[in-house]
Amino acid sequence: MSEGKVEYATDYKPLHDGSLKLARGHRIQFEQVQGCDVLLYPEGVVQLSESAAMILKQVDGQRTVIDIAAELNRMFPEDGDLTADVRSFLEVAHARGWIA
Amino acid sequence: MHEGGLPSSTSAIPLIKPPLWLLAELTYACPLQCAYCSNPVDYAGHGKTMDTETWLRVLRDARQMGALQLGLSGGEPLVRQDLEVLVTEATKLGYYSNLITSGIGMDAARARSLKVAGLDHIQVSFQSSEANQNDEIAGMRAYAHKVDMARAVKAAGFPMVLCFVLHRDNLHRLREMLDLAIELEADYVELATTQYYGWALLNRDRLLPTLEQVREAEIVANEYQARLKGKMDIYFVVPDYYEKRPKPCMNGWGSVFLLVTPDGTALPCHAARQLPGFEFPNVQASSIKEIWQTSDAFNRFRGNAWMKEPCASCPEKEKDFGGCRCQAFQFTGDAAATDPVCDKSPLRHLVDEAISSARITTIEKPIIFRNPKNSDRHTIKLAELTR
Ligand code: SF4
Ligand code: SF4
Repeated sequence: MSEGKVEYATDYKPLHDGSLKLARGHRIQFEQVQGCDVLLYPEGVVQLSESAAMILKQVDGQRTVIDIAAELNRMFPEDGDLTADVRSFLEVAHARGWIA
Repeated sequence: MHEGGLPSSTSAIPLIKPPLWLLAELTYACPLQCAYCSNPVDYAGHGKTMDTETWLRVLRDARQMGALQLGLSGGEPLVRQDLEVLVTEATKLGYYSNLITSGIGMDAARARSLKVAGLDHIQVSFQSSEANQNDEIAGMRAYAHKVDMARAVKAAGFPMVLCFVLHRDNLHRLREMLDLAIELEADYVELATTQYYGWALLNRDRLLPTLEQVREAEIVANEYQARLKGKMDIYFVVPDYYEKRPKPCMNGWGSVFLLVTPDGTALPCHAARQLPGFEFPNVQASSIKEIWQTSDAFNRFRGNAWMKEPCASCPEKEKDFGGCRCQAFQFTGDAAATDPVCDKSPLRHLVDEAISSARITTIEKPIIFRNPKNSDRHTIKLAELTR
């Protein structure tokens, strides 16, 4: 059993096109001492970069990936089309269980 | 590799970052008697448990220093009638508050009142997935109540971590445990390998699983992890005795973690109180700021200037910080030694001997339960064991 990589069955469904919300027990708050936004969840903390915080703060239980990307594009018109970046960040956030 | 020609030792002067975690051990009182409990064996002889006002001040001061995650633990924290008061303050201060409980002392009404107080999350620990075994390990009838309480925790709207403490006698039930976690709709599962400190160290011969058991368990854990990805996070860590590298204990001494015991002693980790040659500060005599930034105890093993060989010249020292200071002390008598779990340690054979000793220990050997009577009786015995 120790040779090679074992593939296990999974029911994991990747990022969807519907409304996104922060996963249960997750919240974002600004921390004076750390000087940044942090994501808090059971027994864990992640310090967020400015762009990560910006995107995650748009996750409100209503907006979809498309809505959030559109919002970011509106906020930063000089940065070109951010849709692909936003999507790939949200995919990571989803795989880590931060958003659902 | 030099930067601006500075002697390399300047890089060893640690920058003191704020603590991220405050673990408040609110009381050592506990209705259970788990033989793997990591509380100190001599807890019965410790000082007086601190009152509400003092704890409130600790919460405020640590938060001001930057602490974000608050662990409310023990003993059994539900024993404290002022728990809701402490949680209310924690909420006001902006902590993410985690209650770490056996579920004993909980009922549906209390779960709801903790929710109202703003508690963020509850971790319920189980001794086994099987009622009789659970109660045997716990030293009391607890299983049915725990299951009910796990349901009450979810019903009150909390995210829930289920924690199963794993050892030789229950490791073969891993599948059942994970099925129970699914049934109870746990959000996270911690498959917490027993760590050999305190009571667990006293009982190590009876608790340490075999390598075969561990490998089998790993396969089960991996299977469930893949299957439940995105639904339920499962953490499983192999007992470090079976690893070639030590754990990066506490993410480094005095780096993120501040523990306060029921009598106000401030510690960099659960087991540090046993270390000789230390005077651990007390929150009733010093401010949290002094304790964290200037106390000798919190600075002693910060950075890497204190390291001895083979750690001192090892390229991995920033990764694992030389392992666990308490484990180093327990095995070698020297808290500054390389954690002997590391296969670069000249004393690795001591860990292998502990594994062999556990292997030949049969289930007839009595388990020592964690209770005040045994605490008085075994305080001296543990001191001998760690020489
Ligand atoms: S490990 Fe068991 S005995 Fe120790 S505090 Fe937790 S529930 Fe109580
Ligand atoms: S020698 Fe020390 S620093 Fe290097 S891997 Fe082992 S414990 Fe870690």
